[in-house]
Amino acid sequence: MSLRLDAESAAILSKGTDIKVTRILGRSFIYGCLIIPAAVFLAPLVSMIFTSLKSMDEIRSGNILSFPKAITFEAWKHVWHSACIGVTCGGLKGYFGNSFLIVIPATLLSVGFGALNGYIFANWRFRGDNILFGLVLFGCFIPLQIVLIPMAGLLGQLKLAGTIPGLVLVHVVYGICFTTMFFRNYFVTVPAEIFKAARIDGAGFWAVFFRILLPISWPIVMVSIIWQFTGVWNDFLFGVSFAAGSSQPVTVALNNLVNTSTGTKAYNEDMAAAMIAALPTIIIYVAAGRYFLRGLMAGAVKG
Amino acid sequence: MRLSFKITALTAALSASVSGHAFAAESVEVLHWWTSGGEAAAVGVLKDDLQKKGVSWQDMPVAGGGGEAATTTLKARVAAGNPPTAAQLLGMAVNEWSEQGLLGDLTSVAQKEGWDKVVPDQIKQFAVHDGKWQAVPVNIHRPNWLWINAKVFKDNGLEPPKTWDEFNAVAEKLKAKGITPLAHGGQPWQDTTIFDDVVLGLGGPEFYKKAIIELDETALGSDTMVKVFDQMRKIRGYVDPNFSGRDWNLATGMVLKGDAAMQLMGDWAKGEIVKAGMKPGVDILCVTAPGTEGSFLFNTDFLAMFPVGADKVDAQTKLASSVMSPEFQQAFNLVKGSIPARSDVPGDKFDACAQKSMADLKTAEKAGTLMGSLAHGHAEPASIQRAIFDVVTQHINSDMSSKDAVSALISSIQAAK
Amino acid sequence: MPAIVLSPSLAVITVCVYGFIAYTALLSFTGSKMFANFTFVGWRQYGRLFENPRWITAIENMAIFGCLYIIGATCLGLFIAILIDQRIRFEGVFRAVFLYPMALSFVVTGVIWQWLLNPGLGLEHMMRELGWDSFSFQWLIEPDRAIYTIVIAGVWQVTGFVMALLLAGLRGVDTEILRAARIDGAPIHKVYTRIIIPALRPAFLTVFVIEAHLAIKSYDLVVALTKGGPGVSTELPSTFMYSMTFTRNELAVGAASATVMLVTLASIIIPYLYSELRNEPAT
Repeated sequence: MSLRLDAESAAILSKGTDIKVTRILGRSFIYGCLIIPAAVFLAPLVSMIFTSLKSMDEIRSGNILSFPKAITFEAWKHVWHSACIGVTCGGLKGYFGNSFLIVIPATLLSVGFGALNGYIFANWRFRGDNILFGLVLFGCFIPLQIVLIPMAGLLGQLKLAGTIPGLVLVHVVYGICFTTMFFRNYFVTVPAEIFKAARIDGAGFWAVFFRILLPISWPIVMVSIIWQFTGVWNDFLFGVSFAAGSSQPVTVALNNLVNTSTGTKAYNEDMAAAMIAALPTIIIYVAAGRYFLRGLMAGAVKG
Repeated sequence: MRLSFKITALTAALSASVSGHAFAAESVEVLHWWTSGGEAAAVGVLKDDLQKKGVSWQDMPVAGGGGEAATTTLKARVAAGNPPTAAQLLGMAVNEWSEQGLLGDLTSVAQKEGWDKVVPDQIKQFAVHDGKWQAVPVNIHRPNWLWINAKVFKDNGLEPPKTWDEFNAVAEKLKAKGITPLAHGGQPWQDTTIFDDVVLGLGGPEFYKKAIIELDETALGSDTMVKVFDQMRKIRGYVDPNFSGRDWNLATGMVLKGDAAMQLMGDWAKGEIVKAGMKPGVDILCVTAPGTEGSFLFNTDFLAMFPVGADKVDAQTKLASSVMSPEFQQAFNLVKGSIPARSDVPGDKFDACAQKSMADLKTAEKAGTLMGSLAHGHAEPASIQRAIFDVVTQHINSDMSSKDAVSALISSIQAAK
Repeated sequence: MPAIVLSPSLAVITVCVYGFIAYTALLSFTGSKMFANFTFVGWRQYGRLFENPRWITAIENMAIFGCLYIIGATCLGLFIAILIDQRIRFEGVFRAVFLYPMALSFVVTGVIWQWLLNPGLGLEHMMRELGWDSFSFQWLIEPDRAIYTIVIAGVWQVTGFVMALLLAGLRGVDTEILRAARIDGAPIHKVYTRIIIPALRPAFLTVFVIEAHLAIKSYDLVVALTKGGPGVSTELPSTFMYSMTFTRNELAVGAASATVMLVTLASIIIPYLYSELRNEPAT
């Protein structure tokens, strides 16, 4: 949409020299209204970064939003390389790797399955398809706490308890509901004619999917990847319940580092650790943010 | 897709078996929440000790909420049929797991090493069920301590309070001078730590036993209990307005800095004192909580043993035996602030507070006043303990009258039974 | 072929969603404590649930939190989306700023929120240091107000996502209609209230569903900020369920509360899904 509040409305309301003044006023108003909330939204992040760059003495004496007087990267280095998490003092770096080992397959598999399911729900009619889709959607809403114990039993029977493949499986299962919804809602907006024409040309089930739908569905692929990546990366509950000690994801390690019941708190290290744990998702959001929006525009909101 | 999955599974299985051979033949996996610097270092002592015996240590740390997160993980592990070799549990939790028939058996090594003779009976009752040793005690903490900033007291000409009345008098004087009398963090377990002290201090050991351990309704509904809540209300007035949700160690920090004069907290507070370069017993005084001299509330971390396959029993036994060794008990507890769970460990390396704790333990054991702490999971099973937490913390954080608190206490214990 | 491709997903969803829901519902009628056991006790656990003052608090909080969270995030998100839609400069920067909270989990941001809202450390402390001595912001430590701090942090987290959904919707509104309206001389606020916002209806519905599911699943938020305190004043159904099931060894009561939550959720979601899936043109 291209509704420009300022210029057009100004043109309607007044003519001549007033236009420029009104325009400037309108613009200032808009930026003012944006910058203030933006500052508020940024405050937690800024405070985290500042704190992570301060020494403990400065933290104790200073203000949580003040700029560090003497910037130090000690906390970052310590947390990455040598902080003790339990009895192993290797910092967060190993756990970081674990998270990737979990996130990448879990994201790819759930997006892959979601794409296929979405394609079927959108483009193939069969008896009860909407009811089935509704049932899949409701799966998005299941409170994950209630599945912990039965899921643990299931993983145990599959001999996947305490393994990374087990954790991947869990994430795929509960991710499919979301990715199926995203893809289905996207594919529904693709004009039916394209699909019908391809069928008439003799394209089969897979040909339609790979040659026709997939090439035009990158926006929703991005949305699904971002959604799944952040969801799986930030997961704590499944990680802490289903991962063995050496395969724990970074959120669990972060919790172990930060959430100690007895012992002094090193806030600079806590914040550095939190920032490190959050970096991949922040990067994904910032770098892929525009695709995210395009993906949403292209389908997710049209439901 | 299918095929590649099979291949992955196969390689995983292969590499697992290879690495299984590559490492020491024996290993133990221990689930615990000792993740902070000092504690983790103390667990490191155990790890090294086991490595010398050819047993490798697989660490499974889960921090948070005094073991709440670890409990969830433990349940998931057990539900998956994949329990760790051992897990850190508090006393009543050991009981509850044992009642489910889910714990292993250490009796043979216990008999060989004569654990029966060196562990106090009150602690043994959590470790031994139906004559079987199922868990090993790592330490004995004492929650009924009052920590005092010596300088603040000296400057204001105050003496450590011995009763709750004296405590109130001291607190009023401090308050009049603009010093926060009591450093406290508003979390249910901290509120209940104070509650324990007040029940024991005002009612005495017999009352504590009746009301808290036996849940005797006459004791719970008695005037003494009303007075307990009256005192809790007074204490609320001695705490700074900012106490909600504060971690205990931040509260300790207030005492260290002299922003507050006292704190009611267990002996793990010593870790903070030492780290700040102060001396427990000198810069920060340790006295028994008002009115509780002669009694010893305790909480103990146990390593509960789970049933393991025949190939792992040996490693598990070595773990248990290492934990029970006097050397480990000393090394661990020097770091942790607690005292050894074995009564035959010499106290000469410990600080003044720990030595007092050891002496008081012996006295209390003889007098029958060594009792489990409610706040720290050694008096009631989780459901009832938390029901009491609810009432205590509700009372502190509202203007509920003492009478209402007493009836809420009775009804919520009833409901949780 | 469709059936073959779909069946693995449907199989796992049947087991891992509906199987587990059924299992939970079943447990709520048993006397389970620490682990499941199948001695049936009828509706007793539901009785215990609704007699528990903590659960009542949780429900009341859910109502307060849910309403304010959904209304707050939707209004703020819409406001920001409209502003960003004014062909502003640095649009990408603004979008990223509003969107990034969604990328962070509360395991990560919990500590900083506690600080910012804590009177002794955060906002209040800062304002007083700057010379505004009478500034007071103590919601985090006031039992009656603490739930609102949860709302603030929750709105902070989700607003960017709402903004993105609505911005996508705004950009999808038919430009022809807008041009026609402008030529007719309709004032700008009327263009929004009469044409644009009604045209966003599907986007609002998606927003509502996402907010509703986040609200009812909110767990990290409370644990990170207040751990349910002061007292039990910020307990939510999800924290209640977790603590009953895992901390207090009252598995059956936890299952009963989960069942109540799911039934409530279903009663909100099912009508929505029904209307959405019916009104849609078949492909």
